[in-house]
Amino acid sequence: MTQTYSRLRAGLGALAHKPYIWGVLGIVALLIVNVTRDPGYLQISVNPANGYLAGNLLDILRESAPIVMISVGMCLVVATSGIDLSVGSVMAVSGAVAMEFLQAASAPQSTMSAAMALLLALTVSSLLGLVNGVLVAYVRLQPFITTLITMLAGRGLAKVITGGQNTSASSDGLAWIANGRVLGFPVVVIIAIALALLIGYLVRRSALGMMIEAIGINETASRMAGIKPHGLLITVYLLSGLLAGVAGVFSTATVMTVDVSNTGYLLELDAILAVVIGGTALSGGKFSLGGAVVGALLITTLDKTVVFLGVPSAATPAFKAVVIIVICLAQSSRVRALFRDRRGPVRMKERVA
Amino acid sequence: MTAAEPIVEMHDISISFPGVKALDGVDFRMFPGEVHTLMGENGAGKSTLIKALTGVYQIDSGSIVVGGQRRQFQGTGDAQEAGVATVYQEVNLCPNLTIGENVMLGREVRGRVGISWKATHRAAAAALARLGLADLDPTRPLGSLSLAVQQLVAITRGTVFEPTVLVLDEPTSSLDANEVEQLFGVIRGLRDRGVAILFVSHFLDQVYEISDRITILRNGQFQGEHLTAELDRSTLISTMIGKDLATLRSLDAQRAQREHEEGARPVVRARGLGRAGGITPTDLELQPGEVVGVAGLLGSGRTELARLLYGADRADRGTVEIDGRPVTLTSPAVGLRHGLAYSTENRRDEGIIADLSVRENIILAIQAQRGWLRPVPRKEQDRLAERYITTLNIRPADADRPIKNLSGGNQQKVLLGRWLATNPDVLILDEPTRGIDVGAKAEIQEHVLELAGEGMALVFISSELEEVVRLSERILVLKDREKIAEIENGADVTAETIVATIAGHDQNAEVVA
Repeated sequence: MTQTYSRLRAGLGALAHKPYIWGVLGIVALLIVNVTRDPGYLQISVNPANGYLAGNLLDILRESAPIVMISVGMCLVVATSGIDLSVGSVMAVSGAVAMEFLQAASAPQSTMSAAMALLLALTVSSLLGLVNGVLVAYVRLQPFITTLITMLAGRGLAKVITGGQNTSASSDGLAWIANGRVLGFPVVVIIAIALALLIGYLVRRSALGMMIEAIGINETASRMAGIKPHGLLITVYLLSGLLAGVAGVFSTATVMTVDVSNTGYLLELDAILAVVIGGTALSGGKFSLGGAVVGALLITTLDKTVVFLGVPSAATPAFKAVVIIVICLAQSSRVRALFRDRRGPVRMKERVA
Repeated sequence: MTAAEPIVEMHDISISFPGVKALDGVDFRMFPGEVHTLMGENGAGKSTLIKALTGVYQIDSGSIVVGGQRRQFQGTGDAQEAGVATVYQEVNLCPNLTIGENVMLGREVRGRVGISWKATHRAAAAALARLGLADLDPTRPLGSLSLAVQQLVAITRGTVFEPTVLVLDEPTSSLDANEVEQLFGVIRGLRDRGVAILFVSHFLDQVYEISDRITILRNGQFQGEHLTAELDRSTLISTMIGKDLATLRSLDAQRAQREHEEGARPVVRARGLGRAGGITPTDLELQPGEVVGVAGLLGSGRTELARLLYGADRADRGTVEIDGRPVTLTSPAVGLRHGLAYSTENRRDEGIIADLSVRENIILAIQAQRGWLRPVPRKEQDRLAERYITTLNIRPADADRPIKNLSGGNQQKVLLGRWLATNPDVLILDEPTRGIDVGAKAEIQEHVLELAGEGMALVFISSELEEVVRLSERILVLKDREKIAEIENGADVTAETIVATIAGHDQNAEVVA
């Protein structure tokens, strides 16, 4: 018992030193606010009819899945001191490809069609990521400009694919990904967690993470040490495109409709925020995938909270901005130093007393 | 010798950083009208002590008295108010502003409506004249001046508010002999007007020429204060590095002993290697176990040659053979694969990965060769880091500390470790001893000879000709991006020989022209 407790304490101690501790505290604070409004907010119930787990927490997790995906990709791109503005548009392209394929497919309900739609959507998304990577690595265009172009072109491409329509389709396979359950737990959440863990494992167990950090910190020195930045940059942008594709499938399959104007709209900004909240500097270098996931969860929790509290939709962006700026301030070492100085003498007094 | 009352008295100063005690009970004092030099290896605590005096760091314990008053500096502003002015190693000026604007920046003279530029420039001219720089026109843009004169302008800027204490942190590191003389003229002028000057330099000759008093630090501890006239050089050096000079002297003995078979197959043979705008076609052969020096002034094409040889730049003419096989060096990665390694002269921009740890910096080149899919196992990483920290005497001996927190000399050693870890056949060292102290310098020189003894071929590039002569068996002399001579080293070859070669070539060139 005491052992468990001390281990828990050690775990919490390590967490307190993570750069994303303020994101975690932010989530906790938002949940507390919600609980004071409705004491049953955190309750998770089991639907006796089908064994599905239900509750606000699960809704938050489900809704966060697409943002978690693009945040993980964004985090790697940002670590190379780049940025990927195209992820939102790539989500729309991915959704458009999947929906168009299914609508035209002869047997849209078959698992085969679903798999083909998924594969096609992810391939196209990866290709868009590859284009970003090649332009950044070989042509040496600024990542901001490059991905701004693919962001605009991507949204256009999505509209071309669907002929400007918001294509709908039906497919049990894709619907299962978005809405299905395994042991009562949402499939989409399981996939998102698995992919995030897989990429985290891949990045940290291989030398990819260190080499990404190296080129993010000092590309010239990394090249002189024999690192070939081209391959790394392409890998990172391609991965970001692929994950945006997954996110696109997640968010279109929920309603089995792609909204070419709104699917993934402005989500690249949420992803950037998630990365920053997670403690990765936009200047590149040291990064934290775990932090990016925390950031993504925070943003979804915030979105949910705003709705739950009934903040007028016109005021929603401002409310979001306030919460995020508070977290960024809490993270800033300057602000923290300021508070430490203030706190110092007070503590002394306490000790004397 | 001068007024007995010190203007600065720092007593029992201690400063700690996480994990390191940077200063441990150090005493330091300065007298008006005296040049006081602070000596010590990299990491001895010189910069930390200076930053304590200039208010950049706050001291953990001890006392600072300036002008008879006990001070607690909360920032650089407080130190300036107490009369302490500082000129840092890198020139911190704005090249796009005029000389006068730079001198008076933040202290512009106000007129009735805003700044009076006329009066400001007049004040700047007066400040320049006080330092004997009356011939500088304050309305000229600073960027048009040489680095040396910019340095003088930086000092002028420091003296505008008539400080009683002037701190000069390595002001001579990028100056040539004449420029140093000019700078010393200015320093003597200030000294004679009663300013106390704190001087830091790695060049012993300069220290002996300019300073009246020397304080020595080692590992953050005070080692003694001496009048320059009463301290001989060998005592100074051995106090600084904490060991006797036998190691230094044995280098020369080692050089005489080295021999290797003649006519061995060269490990590298470059023919007509050149690049437009870089260096004219040059031949170079390297035997295993040989140290080839490259001498020449800054901008003579030394670095350009090294970069071509490594593959950092692509040659547009000529061929390179490694072990008899022709190779095309298109990138550093290719160079490394062929057993080449190049330690850059530009440690900060092309060498270290500042935020990564010492361990990661050491394994980076091997890791790059293996590709990201085959990570160096953690055990192997620890072993390599441990090995080079020990053999190269890297301090602090902490593999997980970010390299940016190490001193310049220790960063250089980490980089040396990075290249040695790749087990190269050829190691090109470009200014490996620049900006590092005597002790680390001797250690690196020692390693160069040791590696050659183990059969590695080394190219040694340095601005310090004595060093090149001491270590190399052959010396390539470059001038104006061209190889002008290849000298077999011998007892009769000295730094003067090389200087004469460079100078002599000049005269020939004139005759030809």
